Amino acid sequence: MMNLDFVFPEIFLSLSIMFLLMIGVFKKKSEKLVYNLSTIILVILLALVVNLFSVDEMFIFNEGYKIDKLSSFMKSLTILSAIFVMISSSSYLKFLNILKIEYPILILSSILGMMVMISSNDLIVFYLGLELQSLALYVLASFNRDNILSSESGLKYFVLSALSSGLLLYGCSLVYGFSGSTNFININISSVNSDYGVIFGLVFIIVGLAFKITAVPFHMWAPDVYQGSPTSVTLFFAALPKVAALTVIIRFLFIPFANLIDQWQTILIFISIASMVFGAVAAIGQSNLKRLIAYSSIGHMGYALAGVASGTNQGIQSSITYMSIYLVMTLAFFSCLLMLRKKNDYYEKIEDLSGLSINHPILSLSLLVVLFSLAGIPPLAGFFAKFYVFMAVIEQGMFFLAIIGLLSTVIAAFYYLRLIKIIYFDKSKENFETDHNFGLKATLTITTGILVLYFLYPRFLNEVVSQIVVL
Amino acid sequence: MNFPILSSLILLPTIGSIFILFGKSSSNYNSAKYISLFISVGNFILSLYLWYLFDKNISEFQFVEERIWLEGFINYKVGIDGISILFIILTTFITSICVISVNSTIEHRLKDFLAAILFMETMMIGVFCSLDLVIFYLFFEAGLIPMFLIIGIWGGSRRVYSAFKFFLYTLLGSVLMLVAIIYIYWITGTTDVVKLYELGIDAKYQNLLWLAFFSSFAVKTPMWPVHTWLPDAHVEAPTAGSVLLAAILLKMAGYGFIRFSLGLFPIASEYFISLVFILSLIAIIYTSLIALMQEDMKKLIAYSSVAHMGFVTMGIFTMTPEGIEGSIFQMISHGIISAALFLCVGVVYDRMHTRQINEYGGVVSVMPKYAVVFMVFTLGALGLPGTTGFIGEFLILLGTFKVNFLVATIASLGVILGAAYMLWLYRRIVFGEITNSKVKKLVDLNTTEIVILSTLAFISILFGFYPDPLIGSTSTSVQGLIDLFNTNLNIYAVSKL
Repeated sequence: MMNLDFVFPEIFLSLSIMFLLMIGVFKKKSEKLVYNLSTIILVILLALVVNLFSVDEMFIFNEGYKIDKLSSFMKSLTILSAIFVMISSSSYLKFLNILKIEYPILILSSILGMMVMISSNDLIVFYLGLELQSLALYVLASFNRDNILSSESGLKYFVLSALSSGLLLYGCSLVYGFSGSTNFININISSVNSDYGVIFGLVFIIVGLAFKITAVPFHMWAPDVYQGSPTSVTLFFAALPKVAALTVIIRFLFIPFANLIDQWQTILIFISIASMVFGAVAAIGQSNLKRLIAYSSIGHMGYALAGVASGTNQGIQSSITYMSIYLVMTLAFFSCLLMLRKKNDYYEKIEDLSGLSINHPILSLSLLVVLFSLAGIPPLAGFFAKFYVFMAVIEQGMFFLAIIGLLSTVIAAFYYLRLIKIIYFDKSKENFETDHNFGLKATLTITTGILVLYFLYPRFLNEVVSQIVVL
Repeated sequence: MNFPILSSLILLPTIGSIFILFGKSSSNYNSAKYISLFISVGNFILSLYLWYLFDKNISEFQFVEERIWLEGFINYKVGIDGISILFIILTTFITSICVISVNSTIEHRLKDFLAAILFMETMMIGVFCSLDLVIFYLFFEAGLIPMFLIIGIWGGSRRVYSAFKFFLYTLLGSVLMLVAIIYIYWITGTTDVVKLYELGIDAKYQNLLWLAFFSSFAVKTPMWPVHTWLPDAHVEAPTAGSVLLAAILLKMAGYGFIRFSLGLFPIASEYFISLVFILSLIAIIYTSLIALMQEDMKKLIAYSSVAHMGFVTMGIFTMTPEGIEGSIFQMISHGIISAALFLCVGVVYDRMHTRQINEYGGVVSVMPKYAVVFMVFTLGALGLPGTTGFIGEFLILLGTFKVNFLVATIASLGVILGAAYMLWLYRRIVFGEITNSKVKKLVDLNTTEIVILSTLAFISILFGFYPDPLIGSTSTSVQGLIDLFNTNLNIYAVSKL
């Protein structure tokens, strides 16, 4: 019984999901109730997970499940952003008439999947979590089923994701076949004399995970899916699954395959450089905001991976910091997007933003902050995210990676500047109403506040993250 | 000395700009004007008080404030010495001038404009007093944001192109500096400038690090061949933007050369002297020739800025007290004179809405007062004795003759070219027949313009005849820097034996 305390958040979440399903089935018109309840459940869940932050290291279920600082932090991050996703997207869902009881329940199940992924210490547990979150996401992507783009994106995501899951499973079975175990700890012991089979398996698993965090060259699905999905789901896609997948990458590479660092470091460096450069270059030509942010997030994943690629604790910590700040920026950007409403639709084209600053000065100022932060200009939080990553990278003497990365921030700055140009320099086109939903405003205020004020007290996040020691 | 005077100087403008931005959004422009005027003039007075308190007989940093920022890693550290004090006063002074001048010229979104200028002031003061490389970088880069907006929102017809060019050029230069700063942290364990001065950086790293810093400062100075953003940015920026850009932003790089390139990398600085001299000479001669051919008044002054900054970089890398003091003096002088010249251009631009030189001519007969002040600044720019321009160029050439006769001789030719393009500009605008009927309708300077321009003219002549207050403040610190430089070189020379 004692051990179950450590998985209590997960158990609580599963029970809540079933409970909410019951409400949905037996009570008519309970969409709003279920939606609000699930937000409350997430808040409670956050408290439960934060409570576990004191646990240093704990294995349960035959060492298949691991609770440590890394997992607690990443789970808190996931749940916290999920709360913001929920409170910022309710008016959007109502407006598009897709607020159904399934929506919050699917979100919760995918979060359950992510929590399992984050804590997994075994290939099978990891795969279970991955599939749980992915299945919920396939449905969410096509949730606006009357919209052809949304259906297309759901299908596209499903097919490509199934392919990557296949590769992942293939990798898992190779690793199992050559090391004789699926448990991360046991794999670690036996892979000292590295067989080619194990390395093959490692590569396949990296490919599968890179797909999940949309790293180049496995990013092809991202722009289409981001564009087609309802914006609130795009926000979900852009933020949460990446946290879970990055955690698995960290855990997987640094525990069972720590000895094979020479093998996977090169792969990660390549993926990282490719993502940074491709994300920066490909975003320049985009005209749809959601596509643009898809490419931008591809680029950002490149920076997060650069930290991991440095192969040190400091690198991991810098990646985690990067992810945290990236989540704040993503939330802020999307809450701006969710505010831009016209009579019967939301704005998605870049040109629609033109001259926004004249009629909506405060909203434009927030967008300005978010965009400069995404571009990594000091003193905004986005700069510090990059700064920590490059600290770690340069410590390892990887100047090539650092210089390519910094040069691609210059390229990326171009398209962020283009957005600012459209918002601030161009003439105002048409007047549009903004959404004055309280949750949306609160999300925007909090996230932009963090981005602006982060530099005053950067120690806070640092002190928390520096407790996470993987190696 | 418990009162954090430097932090107040840095923070005050930002607080002002927050008030302006989030104050009552009803288009009550007057309150924004008064807040910004109050803040900028208050900051100027505060900086004069700082100058009064400043002890010019010691070369160490004064008014040092240190606060823990990132535990055991980077501290917020500010402080000033004789090299930076003048730049801080220049910044607060020019910002006040900008704020006063803006009131009469910008109509559209004045509130945002004033907020941007004040935010800019924070960043500029921060650059001049930060004593930590990372803090320096933060201020150095953050200044791009308001300047980008100033050029882009309130600029001329090609403002978008210019704003992008300005931003991307400078950012590209700076990212390499960031790599260098991080690397310095890893090889020495600190980014504190004072500690780095003591520790010194191993000679084998210096050349690459110097080049990384150089890439950033050279773009910002700007040195040939990366100067091309400057004419574009100057031409398109609104008057107050051009003034800030010419008077202060360019000086950040000159300051950076003195403080970081010379101070941190003496061996590399010695190694790269000829590179800097060659680039400076090209800047002086080549951009002066380009300036002769300009049809646009602002572009001409922009190219003349490049030439003047060529003198500055040359003076800095002579590593002689005369050269470095002359460079600092020249930067202050150029800050005042180029600001005044851009304001002069702004005066006629606001009336005629053209910057083409050949549309003017014969302005003297309708605007006699304007002709007088413009004359003063033209002569100041070409370095006539009795103006600040002369003393700067003279000291720099003095320093250069000590080091390299050939370079100094060629640079002296630049002085002649400078006289040529400035006088020709003056002749084409002020004298001659009135060919354009619009010129006849021009109105002479109004009271605000007279106040601003005559103040600048007064300062330029005052310090032209009596430079001692400026040079006196700098000389001890410059000597300290040169001593440090020579000690480091000697140690290196001994270690090589």
